[in-house]
Amino acid sequence: FFFFFGEVVVAPSFFFFYEEEEAREETLFFFLIRREIEKKREVDVLWSWQEGSAAEPLVCSRFIVAIGRNAAAFLSSFILDSVCWEVVGAVKLWNEWCRTSSATNVLPTDSFCLFYRLISDPTVLLCQCSCYVAEDQQFQWLEKVFGSMQKKGLQVTILSTCPVADYKTQESTLTLVSPFLKALKTKEFQEQVCCPLLEQPNIVRDLPAA
Amino acid sequence: MFVPCDRGGGSAAPGFEGFTLLMPAVSVGNVGQLAIDLVISTLDMTKVGYFYTDCLVPMVGNNPYATAEENSTELSINAEVYSLPSKKLVVLQIRSPFIKNKYRPFCETLLSWVKSSKCTRVVLLSSSHAYQRDDEQLLGTPLRYLLTPDLEKVVGGRMKELNWKEMEKVAAYPGINDADKVLHIPGGGITKLLFTESCSEGIQMAVLLKFCSEGDNIPDAFVLVNYLNEWLQLIRSEVNPSSLWKIPSSWRLLFGSGLPPALF
Repeated sequence: FFFFFGEVVVAPSFFFFYEEEEAREETLFFFLIRREIEKKREVDVLWSWQEGSAAEPLVCSRFIVAIGRNAAAFLSSFILDSVCWEVVGAVKLWNEWCRTSSATNVLPTDSFCLFYRLISDPTVLLCQCSCYVAEDQQFQWLEKVFGSMQKKGLQVTILSTCPVADYKTQESTLTLVSPFLKALKTKEFQEQVCCPLLEQPNIVRDLPAA
Repeated sequence: MFVPCDRGGGSAAPGFEGFTLLMPAVSVGNVGQLAIDLVISTLDMTKVGYFYTDCLVPMVGNNPYATAEENSTELSINAEVYSLPSKKLVVLQIRSPFIKNKYRPFCETLLSWVKSSKCTRVVLLSSSHAYQRDDEQLLGTPLRYLLTPDLEKVVGGRMKELNWKEMEKVAAYPGINDADKVLHIPGGGITKLLFTESCSEGIQMAVLLKFCSEGDNIPDAFVLVNYLNEWLQLIRSEVNPSSLWKIPSSWRLLFGSGLPPALF
C-alpha cells in the first residue's frame, strides 16, 4: 500500500494475486502467522498403547479405512460392535470445517477419526474417519497413520462415497441407477474386485486419493 | 521426491542426463497441462515414475492415455514422469492444483531434482490471463516466450529466427513510476517463481506461454503445443500439425455428463 498524507492510494490489484505468494512470504509478520496456523492445523495420531514418544510400529495385515460420513456409517451399521472390536487410536485435528478430539464414545453426528482393532486378530485394523481432512492435512494424516505401521504384506481397503452428480458418463446421471460401486486398485492387488473399475475421466481426490 | 516405477527385470532407475524436461504450470485454463497431455499421448510416452509430494492436492484415477481395455487399468496420480529416450525428452505432468503455501517448496524440490538428474534444460508450458493484456499485447500473437540467461546464450538466436515474441515486462508501479519494470504473469501459477529461481540457480529454462481465458481451452492447448513444436520439432510439422496430435481418451466429457433427454 502507498499512504500519502491525506490520500490513501490502494496498490494495483496485481500485488495480491493468490498465485504470487512470494511477496507475502518475505514478511516476518506473515511468516509468524503462517507458522502459528500450521501448528494449529497439525494432525496428531494417538494410539492407546503409546505412553512415551516412540512406539513399536503396529503389525498390520489388513487396514480398512472408511472416509466420510456414509462410509463411516456403513462400518457402524454392519461391521463394528463392542464385542469383536476395540478402539486403539484416534486422530486429533482442527480445520475450518471440523474439530475432532480423542474421545472414543462418539455420536454418529460428531466429527471423529477413530481406529479399531479386531480382538480375535489384532493385525486387522479399521479406521472410521467421518471428519473432513483438509488439503494441507491429508499428506500429514497419511504419513503419520501409515508411519505407525509395519507395512509388509499389508492390504489396504479404502471405502468412500461421492455424489452421483460428480460422475461423468455419456448418458445423463439422472437415469443412472444409483447408488453404484466403482473401484480403483493397484496392480499389486491380485484378488477379485467386487465391482467394475472406475472409468476415465472420473477421478478420486483428497484423503481417499492420498 | 522422484520415485521410479518398478519396471521389474532388475532395470536400473531411468537416467535423464542430457534430457530436456518438459512440464506444465498449473495456470489459467490449464493450457500447459492440456498441451502436455497431447505430447504424452501423441508420442506414446512411457511412464517412468512419479513425484511423491505434499505440495499438490492428492488425486488418483485410471490411465488417462488408455487406448484399449488392456492398458486402461494402470493407476495414475497427480504428478507423474514420462520419458522418450529417443528424443532425450522427459515429461512431468501435473494433474491437480497446488496446496496453499506450497509453491516455493515445490519449486525448490523440483529444481534440485533437475540438477541431480542432470537434465540439460527445462521447458515450462504456461498461460496468462488474456484480460490483463495491455493495448499492445492485444494485437498480434498471443504467444510469448522467456529464457533464463543460461539458455538465452544457447538458443536466443533460434528464437529470433522463429520470430518469437519475448514476454514484456510491466511497470512495477504503473501510473506512478514507469521506469522500474518487473516480470508479471497473472494467472501463471508457479511460472514466475520457477522462472526467477531458475535464473538465479543458473538453470537453462524456457517458458512458453499463451494468453487465454477460462473456457474451452482445447484450442489453446493445440496452439501452445504447435508453438512448442516449432522449436523442439517433436512431431513432423510440414503437414497440418494440429491433425497429428492425438487427443487422450481422458479428454472425453470435459464439460460433464450427458444431458437428460427430458430437459428438451
